Amino acid sequence: MAIKPGFLSKNPSVLVFLLVLAAFTLGVTLMSEAYGAGVVSTSFVKTLGKTLCLCLIAIAMDLIWGYTGILSLGHFAFFGLGGYMIGMWLMYARTREIVLGSQGALPPTPQELQDAIATQIFGVVGTSELPAIWSFAGSLPAQLALVVLVPGLLALIFGWLAFRSRVTGVYLSILTQAMTLALSLYLFQNESGLRGNNGLSGLQNIPGVAADQDHLSIWFLWASAGMLAAGYMLAAFVTSGKFGSVMRGIRDDEARVRFLGYSVESYKLFIFTLTAVIAAIAGALYYPQAGIINPGEMAPIASIYLAVWVAIGGRGRLYGAVVGAAFVSLVSTWFTGGRAPDLNLGFYTVKWVDWWQVLLGLSFVLVTLLAPKGLAGLVDLVQGLRHPNRGGDPMGPGDGSLREEEAVE
Amino acid sequence: MRHRFLALTAALCLALPAFAQETPPSAEVSSSEIFAPEAAGEAPALTGLAAVLATYSGDIAKPSRKTIGPVIAEIGAAGEGAPAFLAAWADKRVGQAKDGRFYLIEKTKDGYALTDPVTGAAAGTVPKSELSELKPNAGVRGVIASALVEFQLSDPDPAQRRAALDALARNGAAEHLEPLRASIETEADPAIREQKERLERLLTVRFGTSSEERVAAIEHFNGDLALDVRGALNPIVVITRKVFEGAAEGNVAQVLRVGKDLGEEEAYLLLVEAGLAPARLTASERRAVLEANIDAGAVAGVPIAELDDPAKRNAAYKALVAEGKARAALTEREIGAALAGFTFADVYSETDATVTAAAALALQAIDTKVGVMQAADLGLDALSLASIYFLAAIGLAITFGVMGVINMAHGEFITMGAYTGYVVQLYIADYTTSILVALPLAFLITAGAGVAMERLVIRHLYKRPLETLLATFGISIALQQIFKNIFGTQARPLTSPAWLDGAWMINDVVSISYIRIAIFVLALIFLALFLWVMKRTRLGLEVRAVTQNPSMAASMGINPDRINMLTFGLGSGIAGIAGVAIGLFAKVTSELGSDYIVQSFMTVVVGGVGNIWGTLAGATLIGFLQKTIEWFNPSNTLAAQTYMILFIIAFIQFRPRGIIALKGRAAGD
Amino acid sequence: MSGTGTLLEVSGISVTFDGFRAINNLSFSIGASELRAIIGPNGAGKTTFMDIVTGKTSPDEGSVLWGEMSQNLLRMNEAQIARVGIGRKFQRPTVFEDQSVAENLLMALKAARAPWRVLFWRPGAGDHARVEALAAQVGLGDALERKSGELSHGQKQWLEIGMLLAQEPKLLLVDEPAAGMTLAEREQTTALLVDLSKTRAVVVVEHDMEFVRRLNCKVTVLHEGSVLAEGSLDHVTANPKVIEVYLGR
Repeated sequence: MAIKPGFLSKNPSVLVFLLVLAAFTLGVTLMSEAYGAGVVSTSFVKTLGKTLCLCLIAIAMDLIWGYTGILSLGHFAFFGLGGYMIGMWLMYARTREIVLGSQGALPPTPQELQDAIATQIFGVVGTSELPAIWSFAGSLPAQLALVVLVPGLLALIFGWLAFRSRVTGVYLSILTQAMTLALSLYLFQNESGLRGNNGLSGLQNIPGVAADQDHLSIWFLWASAGMLAAGYMLAAFVTSGKFGSVMRGIRDDEARVRFLGYSVESYKLFIFTLTAVIAAIAGALYYPQAGIINPGEMAPIASIYLAVWVAIGGRGRLYGAVVGAAFVSLVSTWFTGGRAPDLNLGFYTVKWVDWWQVLLGLSFVLVTLLAPKGLAGLVDLVQGLRHPNRGGDPMGPGDGSLREEEAVE
Repeated sequence: MRHRFLALTAALCLALPAFAQETPPSAEVSSSEIFAPEAAGEAPALTGLAAVLATYSGDIAKPSRKTIGPVIAEIGAAGEGAPAFLAAWADKRVGQAKDGRFYLIEKTKDGYALTDPVTGAAAGTVPKSELSELKPNAGVRGVIASALVEFQLSDPDPAQRRAALDALARNGAAEHLEPLRASIETEADPAIREQKERLERLLTVRFGTSSEERVAAIEHFNGDLALDVRGALNPIVVITRKVFEGAAEGNVAQVLRVGKDLGEEEAYLLLVEAGLAPARLTASERRAVLEANIDAGAVAGVPIAELDDPAKRNAAYKALVAEGKARAALTEREIGAALAGFTFADVYSETDATVTAAAALALQAIDTKVGVMQAADLGLDALSLASIYFLAAIGLAITFGVMGVINMAHGEFITMGAYTGYVVQLYIADYTTSILVALPLAFLITAGAGVAMERLVIRHLYKRPLETLLATFGISIALQQIFKNIFGTQARPLTSPAWLDGAWMINDVVSISYIRIAIFVLALIFLALFLWVMKRTRLGLEVRAVTQNPSMAASMGINPDRINMLTFGLGSGIAGIAGVAIGLFAKVTSELGSDYIVQSFMTVVVGGVGNIWGTLAGATLIGFLQKTIEWFNPSNTLAAQTYMILFIIAFIQFRPRGIIALKGRAAGD
Repeated sequence: MSGTGTLLEVSGISVTFDGFRAINNLSFSIGASELRAIIGPNGAGKTTFMDIVTGKTSPDEGSVLWGEMSQNLLRMNEAQIARVGIGRKFQRPTVFEDQSVAENLLMALKAARAPWRVLFWRPGAGDHARVEALAAQVGLGDALERKSGELSHGQKQWLEIGMLLAQEPKLLLVDEPAAGMTLAEREQTTALLVDLSKTRAVVVVEHDMEFVRRLNCKVTVLHEGSVLAEGSLDHVTANPKVIEVYLGR
């Protein structure tokens, strides 16, 4: 990429972020069971690795929503699709190993092998034929390409249709939500060829790799951290130059950008597709750590939670998205995991497993109302860079444009 | 042969009542003396059923199909208790006590509870050893059942006759035909007579003796949609696929040409099943043979490691065949030759060709009519779905249209309405009253919640629709969890009043449940109410003013804050009422609302914002669309929803602002 | 018409909003380097006319042709029209308030507009010099790094004009440039517009007669969506119909 030497110096937050990320990853590795003191359990390492993937998709969400002003409620669909694409290879190759391991006296012919794999994988949905979409499942490079191609193509087609007809604002949000719903409903069917509501499972076993989960979890942590770093730098690159100006211009006053001669639709489509691909890559790294994927993961609500993370972290700033995703998902794990102590009010005991959602919902409302800048606004407080309050006039005529009070550099 | 025997039995049944009275009591006395000496002295002369039972106790205890006919006829004519006795006898619920008397019995823990067959009074209990159960064989039971039908069909009580007809309609048999026909003549009730005639024809279709008789009965039903008609006709046209060495025999529906009507694979399988050809060599058989012949790491000279290649496997197998260790696989030519030697045909199991032809024709006519009716039924279904969507979406449309606010918590307001209905039913037992209380109460509660939400949250976020969407989503997840914490995750009952139970059956195909009709009416009421509020009241005028130009409205002395609050209250309140209505037929869980929320959004988006007719059009379009797609693929409602959403995405391409869109500058573009 | 040829040729356009005829069989043309003022009462269709030329609104009938090749503007979208060289300044100053003056100007600078090229585009020394020159020209030379939301209303107007200049358009459509400006700024604006019209076509929509008089150019009077009169300011102000509908209040 054409990152000029001055890129990092112009974007000091990138350097800080990369250093923090490297320190974190190294620290976890040194405390892990596989390579270090064994203070951090393998399951927690996996949680941290998954959290890094969620941070990556949060960056994608920040690009499309925080910078470009398109509230997409569909990016978890791309995340899930990415997971499905890699999951197909993982499951196929793993089943293939099992089938080969349990062969009879004769080595199986390719047809026999495929039939046996199909029976293993699809017995649960009552068929034993390998659907056409599994044609490339035996090849890792092909499925890796599909991780990018399938969500990218879906985003391209959907985005082209939606932006071409100038659907904007809440209409677009609802349309993306509908797309996500349609996709998850489609995948819930057994006929979709992806095992219906059973989803794909056993993804934590990497075919051809003898290492145990303790080691694998650390490898995936590194891979996730690496991809997050790459994603962060890419996002910083995209948002830094004139392209970033145009993105923020589209967010604040789409019509004005058009009259400057920029084809707003192409830009939106570009960003939409790019972020879909980033989301898909995040998903492809997430699900091998989660071990299982099913269509429920792609329900529209997941994408809305994504928006919640970015909003709580702070829109329009890359580190805000990362902080939000990491903070909310880790706190959520803590609360829902039953580890949080109950709160005894005397007349009623608050069990956090039951009340965490309520707390999340209400704190989200409060953040939207009182702190549009989210957690990242704290950074401004610390730096003393409070923006002058100019009465909160809109910064553009569009209903979705930023208000002055929430505009940040 | 059998028919003739039954006819005879029936004739006897009719003729015997008079004869029964004249039966000499001698046999009865003797049996009584033998088996019940202590009762003999004081016993009055036995009459009626008791007498008959006593007379034929030997035959009854050990009945034979050949001889039991007259006895049954006599029992049947014996008056009080006879039908119950026969029914119990056929059900193996009759026992004979040591004293030779018969009782209706019921097994208890360690014996039998007895009932006197004549009076129906309880007659104490006896231990198991004191009683032997009567176990008539199937043939005897058939005779008993047939006789029972005859008695029941002529029972003086119309209700009994109807019940007998219903039973016959469920499992009529050939032997019922004659008694049924016999009973038609004497039937006085015209409605029952009609029912009997219809049943007679149905039974004739199935069991009639001559083809003319059956064809006539079939033709009589031309275009009749009733399920029982189809139930009678369908078995007649059942076909089986058969192989013949020469020409096809029997009542042939269609001769199948191999390769055109019938695949070669399937045809050959038929041959194999019929034992007319050897099975093909399957892959697994070949594999087994190869495995069985492994010799020093190789099969017929081919190393095992190379046997993952199909060509090598073939070679190895051929070598085994040459060695005589395996049977040869059939060649394509051999299979072709085998198939050429036989005829394949679909053959009716019904042998009478005129009857099958008539039945096929009648079924075709019925199918056409059923198709039309199903379309009508689909239309009704779609209409009711559309009214549900309309009810669910109208509140959303109001807030979205007037205030530009997307309320993601709208679904939870629907849920709130349904739970209100549930809670009201906990306190008010009468379902009609409770629904009448629940409807306004749900409106008040959800409207209150809506106003509170508007005051506390939305008011601060006007002109920031995406933020509103997210804030209301936060409220939505909080509310949903609160519902779960209060009401649990399992479904709560919201019972509709009895007068809403059941369905309006127009015929066997077209029907619609009363609840759905009620929802349709409710939707109409809301449409009228909304139009009245908007067009005829001060509030409506102010709402329209604020919708079109808030700042101008404000300068005219309208308080937009108040209007927004009231609008939001109204929209939320309607959601509550929709919740009660939906809760009547759907499961009331904390996720009730979210099941409808996306469809509601779709309705609003497709219909176009800011116009009630748009919402109506959107709901109608989506309702009909969903039902139509379901019709094409009835087994898969998930697919129907998927395709519907895809259609909507495509639809937005052509009408980005909905069916009824504002144009020009007012659209705010 | 002057010998330089017609740059924009609008003929016979009409547009209706919900039964209201905003533009009624309007014809209009302007040469390649000409200054033109459009005046007319509220609702005369001035803004709608600009909307049609810039592609925001499409007319029900009529044609809009552009340049020597007579390209049909009605087949293009807003961005394409902007790229062929039509720049528009809005009534209300519309600049990207969240971004600095320099960023605003850089975005407007004539350069490739395709996403892929913009992504890898980085300003060179020439571009920086051009931005500085433009900023100096509109009096914002020392405000380059300031966020444009912090500028005063008049400064925003100037920034927007600067952005228009950066686009290097062949035709400038200017909607009420003098609104909210001080007297000195107005004079400055007049001078600038007159100066600009030497190298390109400029259409100014204005209410302020004094401002129009200072422009000293041909005037088109719009009324109820069509041309009521055309000529020098003195000529049209003498027109009795114009006096009736517009001036004689």
